[in-house]
Amino acid sequence: MSRSAEPSPSLAANPQLREWLDFSVDAVVTIRPGKVEYGQGVWTALAQIAAEELDVGLDQVRVAGVSTGSSPDEGVTSGSRSIQDSGGALRQVCAQVRAAFLAEAAEKLGADPAGLEVARGAVGPGSGESGLSYWSLDEAALLDRAARLTVPAKSPARWSVAGRSAPRIDLPDKAAGRPRFLHDQVLPGMLFGRVVRPPAPAATLDGVDEADLPDGVVTQVRDGSFLGVIAESDRVAVAAAERLAQAARWTVRESLPDEDDLKGFLLSQPTDDQPVVQRRDAEAAGQVRSTCAAEYTRPFIAHGSMAPSCAIARWDDGDQVSVWSHSQGVFPLRGALATGLGLDPARVTVHYVEGAGVYGHNAADDAAADAVLLARAVPGRPVRVLWTRPDELSWGPLGSAMLARLSAGLDAAGRIRTWRQDVWSNGFVGRPGIGGEPRLLALSHVAGGTPISATLDGVPSGAMGATRNAVPAYDIPDLEVTRHRLLTMPLRTSSLRSLGAFLNVFAIESFMDELALAAGADPAEFRLAHLSDPRARRVIEEAAAMSGWAARARGGTPGESADGTGFGLAFARYKGVAGYCAAVAEVAADTSISLRRLWLAVDVGRVINPDGVLNQVEGGAIQSASWALRERVRFDRTRITSVTWESYPILRFTEVPEVAVRIVDAPGEPETGAGELAQGPVAGAIGNAVADAVGVRVRDLPLTTEQVTRTIELS
Amino acid sequence: MATVNIRATVNGTERMIECEPDAPLLDVLRQDLGLSGPRFGCGVGLCGACFVLVGGRARSSCDFPAWAAEGQDITTVEGLAQDGALHPVQQAVLDEQAAQCGYCTSGMIISAVGLLRANAAPTEGEVRSALDGNLCRCGSHQRILRAVLRAAARSEPAARPPGARTPVRQEEAR
Repeated sequence: MSRSAEPSPSLAANPQLREWLDFSVDAVVTIRPGKVEYGQGVWTALAQIAAEELDVGLDQVRVAGVSTGSSPDEGVTSGSRSIQDSGGALRQVCAQVRAAFLAEAAEKLGADPAGLEVARGAVGPGSGESGLSYWSLDEAALLDRAARLTVPAKSPARWSVAGRSAPRIDLPDKAAGRPRFLHDQVLPGMLFGRVVRPPAPAATLDGVDEADLPDGVVTQVRDGSFLGVIAESDRVAVAAAERLAQAARWTVRESLPDEDDLKGFLLSQPTDDQPVVQRRDAEAAGQVRSTCAAEYTRPFIAHGSMAPSCAIARWDDGDQVSVWSHSQGVFPLRGALATGLGLDPARVTVHYVEGAGVYGHNAADDAAADAVLLARAVPGRPVRVLWTRPDELSWGPLGSAMLARLSAGLDAAGRIRTWRQDVWSNGFVGRPGIGGEPRLLALSHVAGGTPISATLDGVPSGAMGATRNAVPAYDIPDLEVTRHRLLTMPLRTSSLRSLGAFLNVFAIESFMDELALAAGADPAEFRLAHLSDPRARRVIEEAAAMSGWAARARGGTPGESADGTGFGLAFARYKGVAGYCAAVAEVAADTSISLRRLWLAVDVGRVINPDGVLNQVEGGAIQSASWALRERVRFDRTRITSVTWESYPILRFTEVPEVAVRIVDAPGEPETGAGELAQGPVAGAIGNAVADAVGVRVRDLPLTTEQVTRTIELS
Repeated sequence: MATVNIRATVNGTERMIECEPDAPLLDVLRQDLGLSGPRFGCGVGLCGACFVLVGGRARSSCDFPAWAAEGQDITTVEGLAQDGALHPVQQAVLDEQAAQCGYCTSGMIISAVGLLRANAAPTEGEVRSALDGNLCRCGSHQRILRAVLRAAARSEPAARPPGARTPVRQEEAR
């Protein structure tokens, strides 16, 4: 099969083969991706790709930890791009290494390279026992060269390791409880730090009264409104931080919007308005006979990683700092720390160590900055910082509240002719270093620090930021989409899984059902009538078939369900250019709203690890269901108040639906990633199922029982 | 801070631990005994990441004071394997690939082991109820349910009621 001649961006940036792998351990291939593992299973899939192209066993592949000191710079592990970027690079590199190895072996054996085969990294067995292997040849001859794109990778038809489900390489440690997480690391001489955060986003530290700190405290650190403590043990650090918090005197200001009027907040702020799409079709517009309009909102959503953020830092030789972090982007973090502290980036090393699951830009980077600031007070000693659960839920970046205002025109035949979509949101692009700012919490609190400026949002397109998936995939001749990015940021926002796609798809897919109702069409048929892309049509048809859509409990009018059961369907192509996903939801509405089942069909192109894709899609579906049904960051005018799992509830075992996922085969298509594509369609399907069950459209997330009841009462 | 000596059996070994009486058991296990299996998640017993077996029953250790551990038999996920073989629940977690990030996994396993000790053949609803105090943010719930039912089926075949549901693995359409 011919391959694209385009290198992965990762390979273009890191073209030396040696950057990606080595054979320094006998019978083992060490691959060195710059993308990090945080439970999404990407290292297993990357190992499969390497094993496949090198013809070694999957058990012979080791994945080296990611560090700015030794790994290729692949930026941030985000956007469902690891398989394309890192996998694409490793595939090309390994194919070239195998070809070089075969050429070398053929020369030594006086044989035709095309006649040799490689098994478990050695020439043979069909080619005879030559004793030649990746480990017997001169490594420099194999690896000290730049990648060339002319070496073809294997056709998927010949795959034997890739394309098949492989068990995750990281799970045995996790099932046994072995140390694996950054939270488990203990470095020699390590001390324990805790930070006393301000009582509100707008607060200034006026002073700290004399506090009776427990034995074992090494030192306090105060710099502007940044206050912390270092102790011999974490228990002492926690106790000391509590006493410091009581001794600290703050000036606190109200700075937050009215949580009960997010729409008013979003519409009243200054914005940067950018066109995303402007496609005019006067003839189509002239065919419009009826119009619909609606507004949809989502609240602020927290990452809610199961582990509070953690980091370790150690200063050596005055201006050299080593950091251990579970950041999604150790290279940008290094740059931001260097910028913020006025250091030479070459003197900053950031090592990645796994934390709990990450779903975007959470507090990991902020914890790293905390550790760096505290450790500066004790040169030569590593300092570990662990956040509290309340800080994790209130001081980490949030996914922004959003408003999508939609309107559309139908012609006499019920076809959509025009579509307008306006999206109001804070930005989603606020990682460390973006826009030249460190964007690290502690650096905004130190003396002379400035507040983190309103988060950016990237190029306005259906692929990025708040307008990710704001451009419907449907065939609509006259289309206009506009982004309104807020220029104020009372609550700090940044990237959270699927960015704006969660609300945009919820809005578009809710609206499609409202239009279908206006056109008197079945929701699935109505979508198919506006979709010419065969891959899009296929996932909808598959999800409909899986769920028994045509024969679902009732085919009747929404809200007339005798037993309170409702079904809803939704679809999106992630980012407009990546994986396809259709979802069907079944909800039960009696005294409360409960989600019973989800069926999803996905097309993610070529698949490296099918079970890995299923795991990602199942997990994304449940997380999206949790966002859609439960989640809302609570706050008063001063501070965030949802700081425990009671005030910020997520979906629990007794509440999660059954989830069935089917992968639609598409071996000839490029990999698209699978980690985020379920977020929007699941929300849309749930919204449509709720409307089907209760007969009233609920347009403001989350779809809690109270919210649904309120909407019914107002209707 | 004043300390006391606490005597408890941890993973089958009697241990004498010197610590502050109100130190959370989780801290003692992780920091004083060097066990990494019980994980810190919230500190107030609301997420399940720190679950251990105390006298055979699963409970949170982050809000369990060390003084209350005196004389208790405590098992962490590290203490479940027998003669080098994983506990059936641990094995089933691997067989079902029942995790993403795995941070909640130890607590889930402990809850499941506690359940199966009390009820060798639970229904899916009973497993859901037993694990309701264990939060998972990655959304691995369905796989964990399958793993627990699989472990129950494997360890106690005679105890399963006739017609009890056998967990079915979700296979991709290929």
